[in-house]
Amino acid sequence: MSELLRVDDLKVHFSQRGFSGRKRVIRAVDGVSLSIDTNEALGIIGESGCGKSTTGRAIVHLEDPTEGRISYRGADVTHPDAAARRAFNEKVQFVFQDPMSSLNPRMTVESIIAEPLRAFGAWDRVTGPARVVELLERVGLPAQFASRYPHEFSGGQRQRIGIARALALDPELLVLDEPVSALDVSVQAQVLNLLMDLRRQQGLAYIMISHDLDVIRHVTDRIAVMYLGVVVETGPADEVLDHPLHPYTAALVSATPPSSPDEHRERIRLQGELPSASNPPSGCRFRTRCWRATEVCAEVVPPLEPVGDGRSRACHHPLDLGMPTIRTESAA
Amino acid sequence: MTFGQLNAGSSDVGTPGGEDPRNLALQSADGLLEQNDEASIEMHEVEGLSLGRIVTRRFFRHRAAMICLIILAIVVVLAFTSQGIDAFGVQIHGWWMWTYAQVPDVINGGEPTLSLVPFNIGIHPLGQDTVGHDMFAQVMRGTQQSLMIVFLAGIVSTFIGVTLGSIAGYFGGWIDAVLMRLTDITIIVPFYLIAAIVGQTVGGAGPAFLGIFLGALLWTTLARLVRGEVLALREREFVEAAKVAGASDARIIFRHILPNTVGVIIVSATLTMSATILTEAAISFLGFGVRSPDTSLGLIISQYQAAFSTRPWLFWWPGLFIVVIALTINFIGDGLRDAFDPRQRRGLTRRARRERAMEVERATAAAAGSAS
Repeated sequence: MSELLRVDDLKVHFSQRGFSGRKRVIRAVDGVSLSIDTNEALGIIGESGCGKSTTGRAIVHLEDPTEGRISYRGADVTHPDAAARRAFNEKVQFVFQDPMSSLNPRMTVESIIAEPLRAFGAWDRVTGPARVVELLERVGLPAQFASRYPHEFSGGQRQRIGIARALALDPELLVLDEPVSALDVSVQAQVLNLLMDLRRQQGLAYIMISHDLDVIRHVTDRIAVMYLGVVVETGPADEVLDHPLHPYTAALVSATPPSSPDEHRERIRLQGELPSASNPPSGCRFRTRCWRATEVCAEVVPPLEPVGDGRSRACHHPLDLGMPTIRTESAA
Repeated sequence: MTFGQLNAGSSDVGTPGGEDPRNLALQSADGLLEQNDEASIEMHEVEGLSLGRIVTRRFFRHRAAMICLIILAIVVVLAFTSQGIDAFGVQIHGWWMWTYAQVPDVINGGEPTLSLVPFNIGIHPLGQDTVGHDMFAQVMRGTQQSLMIVFLAGIVSTFIGVTLGSIAGYFGGWIDAVLMRLTDITIIVPFYLIAAIVGQTVGGAGPAFLGIFLGALLWTTLARLVRGEVLALREREFVEAAKVAGASDARIIFRHILPNTVGVIIVSATLTMSATILTEAAISFLGFGVRSPDTSLGLIISQYQAAFSTRPWLFWWPGLFIVVIALTINFIGDGLRDAFDPRQRRGLTRRARRERAMEVERATAAAAGSAS
């Protein structure tokens, strides 16, 4: 496996003018570093407003990075010109959260899926429709849906159309922004299975952004946990979710309802609200809500340090690896 | 999609997650068909047709629009054949016994000779004015001129309004500011002042000039409406999706944004076109537009407004044609807007919808079977 995409110290800031005319800078993403290998599945989790979507959008250039570097197969694509951007988009595609608004209501499914092909000049009157049918079949939709309009489909079908569009150019990496959070559980399963199949069959890599820990555990190998614009912990999905090192990850895991009545979980209740991204706390960003915070947390920003086994964490007082797991099965 | 395959999938990521209720849901989702929207049973007839043919077909099904299209076509044919064509050096004589410029003797005080029982057209069916002009010839000539002005003004104003509005809305920033200030200036400069100056300079301009002139001043409403729509559409996810798909700005504007503003454009354009008839009447009344002996519908009405109580027919007939033209254009616009909207449900019987629903279900079942 070789490294496909690398994000170094990415920052995305939005400036906003308030009523007083003063400029406020929202630090949506404030120093995120990630990397993904070919055919790998990386999950980004975190609560609403932690900057996970902005990170994904910045990767495909829907947002302009304020600082930092994005490289694809070693080549810098942070601020690409039009040609470089096209070349990049041919290999990296995006799937949107809301399948209702991400499909143009005035276009047929065929034109929607063919749009990337047309934009890249790969559309052909003879082979084009066949390619669309092939893409539809790959995502499990019948060929006769090609001439229909998006409003005729259910949420799950629409999301499959969105995935078919993203696959049209045979990308190497898909960035999925909460692809299943608008769908109900049974349909979620179908879409997730589709993604796993595609990865197995086509060697696709994907970055999945989600707030649903079970979804992430199910479909990804490695995860990055984000809090207030920074990555606080990374590592193999099961390791991180079963034995969190960062107190925030532990709190996040404990907030997920237990999946079986026999399972017992200790609920960690965080105090306070998510601080404003325009004025983040000094030192460790999580210290205002952390039950383990001390003076050092307010003064020194904890770096994201590797701790072995492919895991890293950014914490002065990490939970010990030997500590009892949060996820405990009490034998019936 | 079998349960075994799911387990294979989850063991890929190293989770023996058998106790997860999601997996139970997966299990029950096995064989479960996706529910189809009510809406998915529409448009059986559009299967495999190009967008242009779908629109045409749906337009022809819109009864009010079709009736209005036929009426407007009759008016156009009547106006252009009865008085002939005399424009751009082409001269074709019409079939009507009088031309608009002829001044025959006034018969019976100019009363209309048209009678329905017994049916008789007579020599001056719509009457004559005080001088002796045949009113049918006058109204037909006026209709010709007004139609040409209306359509030219409609095309020109729509073109300018859509172009400026979409550029301003899509690119934003200083481009938006400049174009919108240009729009504001066009709105605040007194319309009749420009008309007076241009009328004096050019003097007795033909309908072609008048139509373009009106269009060049009446695009402001449309530009603002289109800009607003584009501003809203620009933020929609399908536009972002097009960007990620590698589409150029022009492609995004023309293929993704403008088709979604067709409703606003058509409604505004048809309203502008009906308003243009009256605006043309006003500037002709002031002497800056069409001038005597040539005539237009607005000019006829303004010329004879004092005669309303004594010779009402001088008023009724041109008025009727103005109303007919304005109404039919609006209804045709309505039909076009509906035809362009893929969500319209018009034209399917309940039984057709039921059959359609069953077909969709079968297709989904077949696909779910072949996908796993």
